[in-house]
Amino acid sequence: MQTVDMQQLKSGEVNLGTSIMAVQFRDGVVVGADSRTTTGSYIANRVTDKLTHIHDRIYCCRSGSAADTQAIADIVHYHLQMLTQQSGERPTVHIAGNVFQKLCYENKDALSAGIIVAGWDKDAGPSVYNIPLGGGLFRQPWAIGGSGSTYVYGYCDATYQEGWGRDETVNFVKNTLSLAMSRDGSSGGVIRMCVITEDKVERLFVPGNELPKFWEGEEVLKLIAPVKKRHEFTDDMAVEV
Amino acid sequence: MTSIGTGYDLSASTYSPDGRIFQVEYANKTVENSGTVIGLRVKDGIILAVEKLVHSKLLVPESNRRILTVDRHIGMATSGLLADGRHLANRARDEAYNYREMYRESPPLKEVVQRLGLYVQAYTLYSSVRPFGVSTIFGAVDKTGPALFIVEPSGISYGYHGAAIGKGRQIAKTELEKLKLAELSMREAVFEAARIIHLVHDDSKEKEFQLELSWIGEETKGLHLPVPKDLCEEADRKAREALETFE
Repeated sequence: MQTVDMQQLKSGEVNLGTSIMAVQFRDGVVVGADSRTTTGSYIANRVTDKLTHIHDRIYCCRSGSAADTQAIADIVHYHLQMLTQQSGERPTVHIAGNVFQKLCYENKDALSAGIIVAGWDKDAGPSVYNIPLGGGLFRQPWAIGGSGSTYVYGYCDATYQEGWGRDETVNFVKNTLSLAMSRDGSSGGVIRMCVITEDKVERLFVPGNELPKFWEGEEVLKLIAPVKKRHEFTDDMAVEV
Repeated sequence: MTSIGTGYDLSASTYSPDGRIFQVEYANKTVENSGTVIGLRVKDGIILAVEKLVHSKLLVPESNRRILTVDRHIGMATSGLLADGRHLANRARDEAYNYREMYRESPPLKEVVQRLGLYVQAYTLYSSVRPFGVSTIFGAVDKTGPALFIVEPSGISYGYHGAAIGKGRQIAKTELEKLKLAELSMREAVFEAARIIHLVHDDSKEKEFQLELSWIGEETKGLHLPVPKDLCEEADRKAREALETFE
């Protein structure tokens, strides 16, 4: 059987080799993303905004082809605007997720798009929907996506707990993305986050030099450094201090 | 009829000098001469009831139903030209299906009714078509709870607590106003609906009629279904008895 490689990009196509994430908590959701856009090894944009406004209280995190996911987000935005004008009420995240899913599934051969939709609505309160590559639709308490996500599944499984408030959730997203960005070469830059609650959407920004730091091998370096001094080693080990 | 002979009533695309569209008004006349249809929006559901006039004893009972299902949770009952009603039901089914297809969610009745209103209204614009000869009562239990609407031949639609169209609508409306609709259970409402249909039926003009009943709500787990035969017969019998003591 021939399988379709959806990761494959056309030559020169801009990729969102990405770390994205959405987590629901008591009164809302936190969505977050790194800011790196690449064409091959070149960083086409290092301050990208991958958190895209879909409706008043619905955002999506985009991963995959930048062009494809922007186009899809635009189309869903259009549909939800039409629905709002016709029905006179805000659409649910469930509806938004379904419109995304329909587009992603029906055009799966032509698209490379992995999208997480999240937001707050009157019916369900906070909710997160994951739409991975083939165009499935899954409601999850938290979702991670993009190339960087593979490195942090274990961290998320071990860390996430139900019943968190806003600040705990923001920290969780910040830490997870920072870990993913440090391991994944296609992710990096800054962290952008949105806290979506009934009353408002709050945008948060973490600059690249203020990312949460984890173990980076300082202890090892301290051990090696004196050795290097004593014996004047210069070329047997590449060590950056 | 002042409209006749003036020439202003020959086409739906022509206004009369005082701003009326006679073809639409004639469509309403068609409805006014048809069997009565009522809808009740009660505490936990919707009841639709139809006085189906049977013009021949040779007809198979239960045939030519005037109550039709649009979606799992949406029912409609038409008064006027039966065939127009069926066409409208098909359109309503398409609209409901399209909504489901687009949003993967049960369509709210308001949405279906609004779209159908647009369709019906388009038939009041052109000289090449005639307006629909039906008024339709739509009932559903959707995410907003029980909902009841009428779509008229002009394409206009209103929401109601209790709705009545057709020949006996005036008497039916006064009867509906007497009821405390928001407090009735579905089962109680079935008996009231049957009673009203029997009350408005004019024995001297039409001899035969068949009572058609359907409901949506708690009793049917949100589905639009015919009222079960035994309950339907019981309601029919009680309605007859009530009328005999009334008269």
